[in-house]
Amino acid sequence: MAGILDLSAREIAKAVHERSVSASEIAEAALARVRERDPHVGAYLSVTEELAREQARRVDERIAAGERPALAGVPTALKDNLCVTGTRTTCASKILENWIAPYDATAVRKLLDAGILPLGKTNLDEFAMGSSCENSALGVTRNPWDLGRVPGGSSGGSVASVASGTATFALGSDTGGSIREPAAFCGVVGFKPTYGRISRYGLIAFASSLDQIGPIANSVADAALVYETLAGFDPYDATTVEREVETVSGNLREDLRGVRVGIVKEFALDALDPAVREVYAQAYRDLERLGAELVEVELPTADYGVATYYLIAPAECSSNLARFDGMRYGLRVEKADVASTYEATRAAGFGDEVKRRILIGTHALSSGYYDAYYVKAQKARTAIADDFKRAFARCDLIASPAASTPAFTFNAKSDPVAMYLMDYYTIPVSLAGLPALSVPCGAVVPEDGTRPMPLGLQLAAPLFSERLLLGAAHAYERATQHALKLPRPQIAKAP
Amino acid sequence: MASADIDVEYVAKLARLALTPAEVERFGAQLGALLDHVKALEALPVADVAATAAVIPGEGVGRDDVERPSLDRETVLRGAPQRQGAYFRVPSILGEA
Repeated sequence: MAGILDLSAREIAKAVHERSVSASEIAEAALARVRERDPHVGAYLSVTEELAREQARRVDERIAAGERPALAGVPTALKDNLCVTGTRTTCASKILENWIAPYDATAVRKLLDAGILPLGKTNLDEFAMGSSCENSALGVTRNPWDLGRVPGGSSGGSVASVASGTATFALGSDTGGSIREPAAFCGVVGFKPTYGRISRYGLIAFASSLDQIGPIANSVADAALVYETLAGFDPYDATTVEREVETVSGNLREDLRGVRVGIVKEFALDALDPAVREVYAQAYRDLERLGAELVEVELPTADYGVATYYLIAPAECSSNLARFDGMRYGLRVEKADVASTYEATRAAGFGDEVKRRILIGTHALSSGYYDAYYVKAQKARTAIADDFKRAFARCDLIASPAASTPAFTFNAKSDPVAMYLMDYYTIPVSLAGLPALSVPCGAVVPEDGTRPMPLGLQLAAPLFSERLLLGAAHAYERATQHALKLPRPQIAKAP
Repeated sequence: MASADIDVEYVAKLARLALTPAEVERFGAQLGALLDHVKALEALPVADVAATAAVIPGEGVGRDDVERPSLDRETVLRGAPQRQGAYFRVPSILGEA
């Protein structure tokens, strides 16, 4: 029975459609595996056993009635910044530690309608602010490949659940790299679609001009299948675009003939550790071997990405998180008057990283600094997006590392700016709103480690070019099979 | 070490965030380092570039002014830190309780 858990999402749904296994049987096997493995990993903040069983019964009824939902019986993990009716939805923050969501996020609703089994809510850096999952106020998530290392962040729990085999796929959210960097660290596929492609209704907001929901899976094909289920206009999210969603999952391309892949001059691999550099150099050669034409492109403003992002994202965060004032939901620390109640509630409810970002954002938006910081950053954002437009006149996709190193050890980055630089390659793509993903491309043994740790290749595409992006990633994945060649993680995932 | 670029106590007041003296010190140093990093933007010649607020150009969205179901009051009040009957109970903001 447990064997079915190691199949792809499409294969599991097919088995359920053919009635060779019931969703309820899968739910029991999946929950048993979570109980067995997750104590070592800590991917989940809460396991929603009743919800999974109830949904499994519903799926079995639908199958009996002749329906064939696309993700029938697929065990799924959901990042704990996504609202799921009746579940604790915490953002890994003390301020929402006991908050029960009263409605479903649109993305969650679509997945439930497609037949998933929601196993639980996964850990994250508090309010999705971080690159290691260490900023969670509610739990520690370990990298299944080496339990002494971080899973990356902020979607650390989601990637760890997929990498340890306790979910077939997971949803994450990506603001500056929060799907792609952890996916790279845990050897799985992490995909951030074009801004506006997937509704964020019910995703607790961090930086609204950047936040995007996306799938984390063991293969590009599974990520594509989930993406198709999620994409599309939603009247509840005014930033979703009314534009047809192409079917991509059934016929992903198998080579890269005729595809021009841009290699960014400013992202020279010389800056990387030699072993890491060789993995990426090999990845570029593999793209070429598959028929791609490699072209050098320039992104002269890419170096300003992190600086730009750390003004825009905190500015938006300081505004979005103003709602956590202890009045209508979440924690309240009662003081003599309303102002002291606000201040004490927020002081007790938010962790250090959230406080830092609220402070820098408030500063950047405050009188006298607004033009120098916030407007300047918005202009830099335009320049960065324009650079990508120019680059995409010369190429169809851009390849780069997803992160400059493999997963690091706990407490290795005590300096916030050093942590922020982990997202050096992913942030410019986010600022431009582009679709991008990380696909496993090899492994290195870190200098301070003994076990090989995965690395991820980031591929980015022009706006709404998901079909080309997923197709190219599938072709690369199929030809290289890095996910299969890697040694097994310490906590095993699917073979 | 405090940074000349940011008055943490003032900003914390704007952000409705009570900080301990140790936090003022620590955040001051950390945010000062971040602002040093951000200074790099001064070198970017973008005076004549338009500011981007949203990467996908959108239009203002409205909807017809018709009733539709919303969350029921009981469900919403269940998440309240304090309630009184059908209301959120909040600290008084006028002179008398």
